[in-house]
Order: sequence, then structure tokens, then C-alpha cells
Amino acid sequence: MSSSKRSTIIVEHLRKQQMREAISRSKRLDGRDLDEMRTLEIELGIIGKADGSSRVRLGNSEVVAGVKVETGTPFEGLENKGALILSAEVLPIASPYVEPGPPDEETIELARVVDRGVRESEMVDLDKLALIPGKVVYTIFVDCSIINYDGNLFDASSYAVVSALMSSKLPVFEVQDGEAVVNTGKKMDPPLTTIPVSITAVKIGDSVILDPTAEEEACMDARITITTNSEGKFAALQKGSTGSFTIDEIKKAAEIARIKGEEVRTKIKELTSNGH
Amino acid sequence: MVQTRSLIDEHGLRTDGRTMDELRNVKIQVGIVKNADGSAYIEFGKNRIVAAVYGPREVHPKHMAQPDRCVLRCRYHMSPFSTDTRKNPAPSRREVEISKVMREALEPALMLEDYPRAAIDVFVEVLQADGGSRCAGITAASVALADAGINMRDIVPACAAGKVDGKIVLDINDVEDKEGSADMPLAYMPHLDRVTLLQLDGILNQEEFNECLDKALQGCKMIYEIQRRALIQKYFGDEQELKEES
Repeated sequence: MSSSKRSTIIVEHLRKQQMREAISRSKRLDGRDLDEMRTLEIELGIIGKADGSSRVRLGNSEVVAGVKVETGTPFEGLENKGALILSAEVLPIASPYVEPGPPDEETIELARVVDRGVRESEMVDLDKLALIPGKVVYTIFVDCSIINYDGNLFDASSYAVVSALMSSKLPVFEVQDGEAVVNTGKKMDPPLTTIPVSITAVKIGDSVILDPTAEEEACMDARITITTNSEGKFAALQKGSTGSFTIDEIKKAAEIARIKGEEVRTKIKELTSNGH
Repeated sequence: MVQTRSLIDEHGLRTDGRTMDELRNVKIQVGIVKNADGSAYIEFGKNRIVAAVYGPREVHPKHMAQPDRCVLRCRYHMSPFSTDTRKNPAPSRREVEISKVMREALEPALMLEDYPRAAIDVFVEVLQADGGSRCAGITAASVALADAGINMRDIVPACAAGKVDGKIVLDINDVEDKEGSADMPLAYMPHLDRVTLLQLDGILNQEEFNECLDKALQGCKMIYEIQRRALIQKYFGDEQELKEES
């Protein structure tokens, strides 16, 4: 029931008016088109101690994601599958509006929406990550640290998680005598099936814009995050914020998410193949 | 998400005997929590949920108060005995997220600007969960808000549609949620024609996506009728209901 800090960023009334007016004329205050994403930069392998890592910059939003692989017990009901655990933390260094402490509901939503995209698209083939069925499985942790907040953490974190996983090398564990699990010291590629890409659109007035900045998020009426897989199918969706959408707006946003998602997917593939 | 058994039989019927466009049994009772300013109890399939509204009332802690509008607070909570294996009573991350989306689903329907410096608290307690509890919770909560006499632009019915055995079906139950391939909960304001909650878990192509959206919307319209009748029943009794029907 807590009210959160990031959503309480205050934008001056005049600035707000200026933004709404510009957007109604299909312009944005930073000069972008309504459906234009900010520049996406991805750096890989920046954390040597992680099994995979990435630093993603989406405009001024910056996220570092790291993959850590261990062995552990499987989740209840999923005894023959590896475990995938995703987290996100908005660090106090990310914005003057963020304070240290347990995660607020916005941060919990962020982690759960990013998780939903990766999980529902079945990006990681968890069936291939059981060691002793029912007892020992691979446990993959992907943790996101938000370094700088300038809006659209959903997409920035999602791209960070996806590119960290794509560039990761998992330690190879072996089962000896059906009992003991040992780390062979070898590495393998993770079993990946698809590249989920989320696209977040927000509604300001009657216009829908993509990849909002912090300032735009502070003025938004409603938000929608749509994740597609490599086949262009929808895998996850989350509407957020206190406004509402018409059915037509949702159908249109879904189509944009499919088209823009493919563009971003191509970009992620390109950026993750360089230097790897 | 592993398909272990057939969820739709050769007659096109589902595990609980419903057709693909059929809702589970929905029953709403208004005003069952005596101390609350407004309340509703909903039976939605095997879901058993109580929603209670307190407010508009003074805000505690005071710094949360807004000078120009009312603060809406929502708590979605599952009782420990509501699920197959006992649920830890401490709020889980899932419950925190649902509380948030539930608040955002209800807020567009409320005239919060009419109650500056005050708070409205909505408590949704799931006594028994049967899949679709967030939708049933929103449905009950919006009836409870109306019962509390809060100024509203519209009422908010909610319903899910999803994909089971390759088919798009209305109102996913517990088994279909766990074993089916997609679940799309939706909340909708029927008079304003606006969607206030939308989520999706699972894979759908563009065509299925649109079909799912339209089907969930139809479900919301059916649930709206049940909400309306429950409110009429409470405030005007059976007689009025009959007059209204004819």
C-alpha cells in the first residue's frame, strides 16, 4: 500500500503543458518522433565474475545485468526443470527520488514484468537444465541493477537481461554415480530458444508514444508493456498506471510492439554478436 | 505450461463442463460486512472473495494526503487456507503487484477529485482461490465502492480469456490457468468503453491476441449485468428488478 518515490517526480505545470502541446502536434520535447526509441547501447562481459553480463543504455537510462549460475533444488511442481530467478533493484544512485530500503511496489512490478517476458516466451529451455530430476537442477540468477533512471526501466532492464543471457556461458555440471554434482570447469552456451523483446508505450493525452523518458512517465496517463518473441507472437503484456486504453489503442499498440520489437531484436542480435 | 491432458473434450466442453464462451457461476452479494462503508461478497466459480471499502476517511499517515484529490489504497490478500498448499500469510510479491494493478484498474472509475485530503481503502480478501481471483476481486471491489456511495464514472467488471488446447476460451479456471497456454485478465469500464487492466501470460499470435481481447471484453459485459443486478437487488429489492426487466 506504499506510495512510491519514482512516480512522484514533479514536472512543472508549464513544462507539462508544453509537453502535451508538443505531443499533440506529434513532436516530443527531446526532438524524437512519437514512435522513436532512444539510442540503444549494449556492452557485454563487463563483469568478469559473472557467467554473463551486460550494460544497457537506453538514452540516459542505464542498467547493468549479471547472470550467476549455481546448482540448487527445483521449484515445487517443476521438478524436472532448471530454475530461473530474476530480480531488479533500483539503486539509490539512480535518481534523487530513490531511497534505500526494501523494494517498493513499482520495483516489484518492474522485476515481475521483466521476468514474465523471459519466462512466458520460454527464452531459456529449462527442460534441458535438470541434473538429478526432482533433486538437483541448474539455478540461473539474472539480477539487474539500475544505475541511472531516465524512464522506461521495463525495456532497458528487459534488454539487459536478454543480452546478458545471450552472451552468457554456463558452467558445465556433471552428475557422478547418480549422486554427486561436480563442476567440470568447462563452459557451455545456455539453451536459448527465442529472443523476447518488450516494447513500452505510454499514453499522454490522446497520443501514444514509445520509450518514455522519466519526465514523460511523470506526465503519462497510462502505460502498456508488450513482449513479443522471435516469431512475432505475443508472450506477455502488462498495463500500468492509473489511466485507461480503448480496445483500438491496445490493438494498435500490439501491432507497433510487434514491428518495433523486431527492429530492436535485430539491433540486439547485432550488438551481441560484435566482439563475441 | 506443459500440456499433460486434454482440457477440452470431443464435444467442445471444458474440464468443468462449460462451453468455450461460458462464464463460471457468478454470484454477488452486496453489503455483507457490517462495519464497512461498502462491501461485496463474490462467488466466482470456486473463488470466494470479500471486498470491503472504508472511506472517504482521514489519511494516516497524514503526509500521504493530497491537497486536490483523494488517495486510493488497495490491498489484495489471500488467506492461508485459500490455496491447495497453505499460503504464508505475509504479503507475497505477487500480492503486492496485484494490489497495484487492482488499484490502477479501479482508479479511472472513481471521482477522486471529489474528496480532497481524504483516503479510500479497498480491502480484497481471497478466502478461496480458483484462478481469476484478481478479476473476481476487482469485480467485487467496484461493487463495494458503489455500495459505499463513492462518486463513480463507471463500474469495473473484470474477466479473463485465454488459450487452452489451441482454442481461445472465456474465463480461465484454476486448471486451465496452470495447464493452458495463455491467460489474459482484463478489466473494462462498459459505459466509457475503456480498458483499465490488461495483462498477458503465455504465447498468442496477432489473430489470437485480438480474439482473446474481444472475448474477455464480452465476458466483462456479462459480468457487468450481474454487478448491476446485485446492486439493484440490494437497494430496490426484487420487485424493482422485475419492473426494470419488463
